[in-house]
Amino acid sequence: MTTKLMGQAVQRVEDQRFLRGLGRYVDDVAVEQDVLHAAVLRSPHAHARILDIDVSEVLDVEGVHAVYTYDDLASCTPQMAEPLPLLIPHPSLTHGRTQHALAKDEVNYVGEAIAFVVADDRYVAEDAVGRIRVDYELLPPVVGVEAARAAAVLVHDDVPGNVAARMEQSVGDAPAAIAAAPHRLALDLTVERSACMPMEGRGTVARWDPDLNRLQVWTSTQSSTGVRAAVAVKMGLDLGQVDVITPDVGGGFGVKINHPWPEELLVPMAARALGRTVKFTEDRREHFISSAHERGQVQHIEVGFDDDGRLHGLDVEFWHDHGAFIPYGLIVPIITSTQLLGPYKPQSYRVRFESLYTNTVMVTPYRGAGRPQGCYAMERTMDAIADYLGKDRAEVRAVNFIQPDEFPFDQGLVFQDGRELEYDSGDYPAMLEKTKALVGWDEFPAFRAEMAAEGRQVGIGLACYVEGTGVGPYEGAHVHIETNGKVKVATGLTTQGQGHATVFAQLVADELGCSFEDVEVVTGDTRRMPYAVGTFASRAAVMSGSAIHLAAKRAKEKVLRIAAEALEADEKDLQIVDGVVSVKGSPGTSIDLGTVSVLSNPLRYAFDEKSKAATQFSIGDPGKPPVAEDDEPGLEGKDFYSPERATFASGMHAVIVETDPETAEITILKYAVVHDCGHLINPMIVEGQIHGGVAQGVGGALYERMAYDESGQLLNASFMDFLMPYVTEVPDGIDIDHLETPSPLNPLGIKGAGEAGVIPSAAVFAAAVEDAERGRLPDFTIRAMPISPSELFHLRESQGQEQTS
Amino acid sequence: MSEELHDVRLMVNGATHELRVPARRLLSDALRHDLRLTGTHVGCEHGVCGACTVLVDGAPMRSCLMFAVSAEGAEVTTVEGLANPDGSLGPVQQAFAECHGLQCGFCTPGFLTTITAGLRENPTPTHEEAREMVAGNLCRCTGYQNIVKAVERAAELGS
Amino acid sequence: MKPAPFVYRRPGSLAEAVAALAGEPNAKVLAGGQSLVPLLSMRLAAPAMLVDINAIPGLDTITVEDGGASGVRVGALARHAAVLASDDVRRVQPLVTQALAHVAHATIRNRGTTVGSLVHADAAAEMPVVLTLLGGSLEVEGPAGRRTIPASELYLGPLESSLAPDEIAVSAFFPGLATGAGVAFQEIARRHGDYALVGAAALVEGESVKVGYLSVSDVPTVVDLSGVDDADLGEAALAQLEPMDDIHATAAYRAQLVRVITTRVVRSAREGM
Repeated sequence: MTTKLMGQAVQRVEDQRFLRGLGRYVDDVAVEQDVLHAAVLRSPHAHARILDIDVSEVLDVEGVHAVYTYDDLASCTPQMAEPLPLLIPHPSLTHGRTQHALAKDEVNYVGEAIAFVVADDRYVAEDAVGRIRVDYELLPPVVGVEAARAAAVLVHDDVPGNVAARMEQSVGDAPAAIAAAPHRLALDLTVERSACMPMEGRGTVARWDPDLNRLQVWTSTQSSTGVRAAVAVKMGLDLGQVDVITPDVGGGFGVKINHPWPEELLVPMAARALGRTVKFTEDRREHFISSAHERGQVQHIEVGFDDDGRLHGLDVEFWHDHGAFIPYGLIVPIITSTQLLGPYKPQSYRVRFESLYTNTVMVTPYRGAGRPQGCYAMERTMDAIADYLGKDRAEVRAVNFIQPDEFPFDQGLVFQDGRELEYDSGDYPAMLEKTKALVGWDEFPAFRAEMAAEGRQVGIGLACYVEGTGVGPYEGAHVHIETNGKVKVATGLTTQGQGHATVFAQLVADELGCSFEDVEVVTGDTRRMPYAVGTFASRAAVMSGSAIHLAAKRAKEKVLRIAAEALEADEKDLQIVDGVVSVKGSPGTSIDLGTVSVLSNPLRYAFDEKSKAATQFSIGDPGKPPVAEDDEPGLEGKDFYSPERATFASGMHAVIVETDPETAEITILKYAVVHDCGHLINPMIVEGQIHGGVAQGVGGALYERMAYDESGQLLNASFMDFLMPYVTEVPDGIDIDHLETPSPLNPLGIKGAGEAGVIPSAAVFAAAVEDAERGRLPDFTIRAMPISPSELFHLRESQGQEQTS
Repeated sequence: MSEELHDVRLMVNGATHELRVPARRLLSDALRHDLRLTGTHVGCEHGVCGACTVLVDGAPMRSCLMFAVSAEGAEVTTVEGLANPDGSLGPVQQAFAECHGLQCGFCTPGFLTTITAGLRENPTPTHEEAREMVAGNLCRCTGYQNIVKAVERAAELGS
Repeated sequence: MKPAPFVYRRPGSLAEAVAALAGEPNAKVLAGGQSLVPLLSMRLAAPAMLVDINAIPGLDTITVEDGGASGVRVGALARHAAVLASDDVRRVQPLVTQALAHVAHATIRNRGTTVGSLVHADAAAEMPVVLTLLGGSLEVEGPAGRRTIPASELYLGPLESSLAPDEIAVSAFFPGLATGAGVAFQEIARRHGDYALVGAAALVEGESVKVGYLSVSDVPTVVDLSGVDDADLGEAALAQLEPMDDIHATAAYRAQLVRVITTRVVRSAREGM
C-alpha cells in the first residue's frame, strides 16, 4: 500500500524550476526584442484638477509607438472610458467611487495613472513620460482619518462627509449591557498603514492574435478568471475570445486580488490597437504609489465586564481609511468588524464603522485583510481588562472563550461572504494551554526578575485570533489521466508561492492511487479551468484542495469502472497503487492507468501503438455503442466544491521582547505560535506560511508604515525608507505547535493557513512592549501601532511625565 | 537622435556573449532581456532587495546597480549557472529544496548567488555567520527561518 | 526606474578621464556606482555624461605611508570590501575597518568604493565622518593638476563637496592611529545595514576626546569633548549639535541617541587604548 501523502512534509516540485532560474514570472514572458514596453505618467499631486495634458513632445521621441490619455479610451470601447468596476457592491456602500483607467479631469492620489506610453523599451517609454506636460489646478488634499472625518475638504465633490459607507451590526443590546456591567472601560486605538509589498510588483503582457480574433493576457494576479471577465467586458469581447494566464507570481499577499488594475486594461487595449505584444512591468516606486495599501484604522471601544473579566457587552466604533477609491468594497472593514470577536463570546456586541475617502493610495486586502486590526482591538481590550482587574492576562481570555462543546457556534453576525458568522470547530482552552507552555508563560515572572537583576527589561504578550478561511462561492478542478499514465490537474485559482503544485498533487496521488511524480498541476490558466474565483482569504487549500480531491474521486470512479470491465473483476475488489489497478489478492491481474485511459476513448484512427490498441476494432462490445449513453470519452474527472460557509481556523501567538532603557530599541527574544488549521496537508508548507506571516507581522508592528505628509506625498516610497525586515529583524527561530481540530465542512477536514501568521502581530507586540515598559512605568500603555524606537521614546517621555506629575 | 550603442563582451556562466547596448542598459536588464537569462530578478532597482544579485568575477553584486557596459570583460555567474555540470542541483540549491527555503521564488536567485559566494569564503559558518550571510537580501514570503537553515544545510552538503 | 540617456566614456588613463570631464560640464564620475546608479534610475540625477574610471589601472591600491604623516592611502577604485579586509588598514587605522563593517551590506561593499563614498558627501554615511574625525584628506586631479583637500574643507552641505565638477578624486588618506590613542565606531540603525539613525566615531588621544557624528546634522560633524566629565559627555556633545528630524526619528529622539552613543563610543575608544 502506498503511504498516504496527506500530512507529509513532501518537498516541493515547483522548486526544481525556481532553483534553476527557470521560473516564469510575467516579466519573463515575451522577452523577444520586438515586444513593446509601457510606462505610465502618474500624478505628482494628491488632489488636483487636470486642466490640460500636452503630449506633443512625446511623439517626437524615437521609439515611441503610442501615448494614451483619458480622451483616447473611448476609441477602444465606450466602456473603457467608464470608471473601473466596483467589484464587490454592498447595500451599505452608498457612495462607492472607482477610478478610471486613466484619470478623467481630476486626480485623487499621488500615483494615479494619467497617461500611458508604449515604446520600444522601458527606458524610452520613461523618457517619453518625462516629456508629457500637464497643467494642474491644485486642490487641498485629505490625508488621514482625522481629516477625512472632519470633512473640511471633500475627496470627491459628490460624497458628503467623505463617507463611502456606514455599517452597523449588533447582537443583543451592548450599550445597555455595558451600562449595567460591574466594570466599564473605554479605549481609543489607532493602526497605521502598511502594504503587501511582494518582491515582484504587478505586471501584464498582452498579445492580440488578429487571425484568431483572440486576446491572450498574462498577468500577475490572484484572480485569472476575474481579470478575464473584466478585460472581456472592457474590450467589448466575448469571454471566449480572452485567455488569461497567470504564470509564476512573485508574491501577492492580497494586493493582486484587486482587479482590473488600469494597466490590466491598458496593455490589452494597446496590444490590439498596435497589433504588437505589449508589456507593462511595474517598478518599485510605482508599486508604492499606485498599488494598494492596508491597515489604517482609528478605533473606539467600550466594554462592560464582571469581576472575572467576563465580557457583558462590547461596543466598537471604528473609522477605516480606504484611500481615494473603493474598488474592493467593504471587505476589509467588514472582516475587522466581525473577526474582532476572535475566540470569545462577548454576550452582547455592537459594531459600527465608517469607510472614509482620503487622497491616498486605495486600500484593498493585505494578508489578514482587516483581521489584524480587529484582533488588535479585541486583544488590547482583553489586556486592559486584565490590567484593570489586576488579573493574569491569560485567565481573562480563558473565561471568555467559546468552549469546545459549543461548536458550531453562531456569533449572530453576517460575515464578509454574506453568510452567518458561525464557527465550525476549534478548541481554544487547549490551545491556550499549549501556548502558555510553548512560550513559558508561567515561568516568565522568574525570567523577568532574573533580567531585571541585570538591568534589563523584558515583557511578554499574548494574542488570540479566529480566522474565517475558505470562503466561497466555489472552486473547481479538472483531473485528466493521459494515455501515458500522467495525471494532469487544473484548478482555476492562482499560486503565489504557496506550493499548490505540491500539495494538490499530494491530494490527487492519495485519492487516485497514482504516483506523486506523475501528477502535474496547473493553476490560474483560464484555458484549462475557466470557472474559478481566486486566491484570497486563505482559501486555496480548502476550496481548490477540496475540489481537486472530489475531481480525483470522479476520475477514480471511472478508472475503476473501466478497469473492472477490462479485468473482468468487481470494482469493489480493485485497488490502485502507484498508478496500477489490480485485483486485491491477485497482483498479476492488473492494468495501468495509462491503458485504462486508452480504453476510455474509443478511436477511429491509430497514431501509435497505444492508440492502435484503442481503435473501435480492438475494444468495446460490438453490440453496444462505443460510448455508452450516459458516458463520455476520455479518462477525466471534474468537480466543484462550494461550501455553505467559511471554516474557522484559529491561533495564539506569544512573544517575549526586550526594550532598551536608553535607546528604546525593541528586541525579540522568543516568539511562539500555536496554530489550528484542521488537518495539515503538508506541515512543512504550513510552517513556512506561518514563518512568513510572523515576519510580515514583525514588519507591520515594529518597522513598516506608509509615511504620508500633509500634502499627500508618500515620503518613504522606497526599500531604503519603508523598512521591511531583513533576517536580522525577525526572531531567530519561531516555536510552532499545532492543534488539529478538523473542519466538518469539507471532505478533508482542512482549514486555511495562509494569512494566520500576521493576524495577531500588532496586538501581541503592543502587549509585550507595554509589559516590558511597566517595569519602570507601571501605567504605561500603548494605543497606537506600529511602534518605532522613536515613538517608544516619546511615549516614555509623555507617560513618564504624567506618572510623576 | 539615436542613442549611441556600445559593444560589450560579457562572459556569463562560462559562455561569451557579444552585445550592442546603450550605455544606460542596466546589467540586470542586459542579462534578462538581451541574453534572456530571466532567472535573475529585479525587485527594487535601487540596490536594496538583492533579488538581482549575481556574481561578478566571483563576488556577489547587485546587477541593477551596474551598467552592462561596465561589466565588459567580467565573468558573470547567474542562478542559471549554479547547477552541477551534470544538471543536478548545486549544494545551495539542493539545500533550499530540502529546507523549504523558498516560497514564491522571486527573491531566491539573489539568495542562491549570495550564499554560493558566501560559503566559498566561509565553508563552515556558525549560526550567526549563516544569518549574516543573507542579511542583505529581502524575502517577503519565508520569514528567513528556512533560508538560514538552508545556508547551514548547504555548508553540510559542501559547496 | 531606468536611467535617462547619457554619453558614456571609459578612459584608460587618468589624463583621459580628466580630459573627458573637462569637455562636459554636466558629467559625473562612475566608480562603484552604488549610490549614483539608484539616483540615475530614479531620475533624481541625469548627467549628460558618465566617465567610468573602472578601466584606469593603478587606482585600486591600498598603501601604507610612513614618514611625516603616517597612515593609509586608499585608491579611488579600492572597493569597501578590499579596504575592510586589509590587514594593513586594520593595523594602521582600525577606525576605518570598524566603520566599514557598518557600510551597507556586504554585497554593496563588493562594488562600492571608499573614495566614492567620501566624494558622495552623504552626512548619513560612515566614511566622511571617519575622514573628518581623523583629519584625513582627499587627493584630487583636475585640469590644473593635483591638489589635496583636507577633510575639514571637503564637506560644504548635504551631498555637496568642494570638489570641482572637473576634478576626479584619486585617493584618500587616513592618518594612522597614534600609539596610545584609541578609536571606536558605533551606530544605532533601524535595520541592520541601514543608514544609521545616529552613528558616532570616537578618537581619544591622551586628554583629547573627539567624536564625529553621522546622520545627526546635514554634514559630517566633529565635536571636541576634551576635558568633559564622562557623565556630561552626551550633553556636552548636544550643546554643539542640532539633531535633525525625519520620518524615522524625531530630533528629540536623535538627541537621546546622541547622549547614549557618545558615552558608549568614548568608553569603547578608551577601552581600545
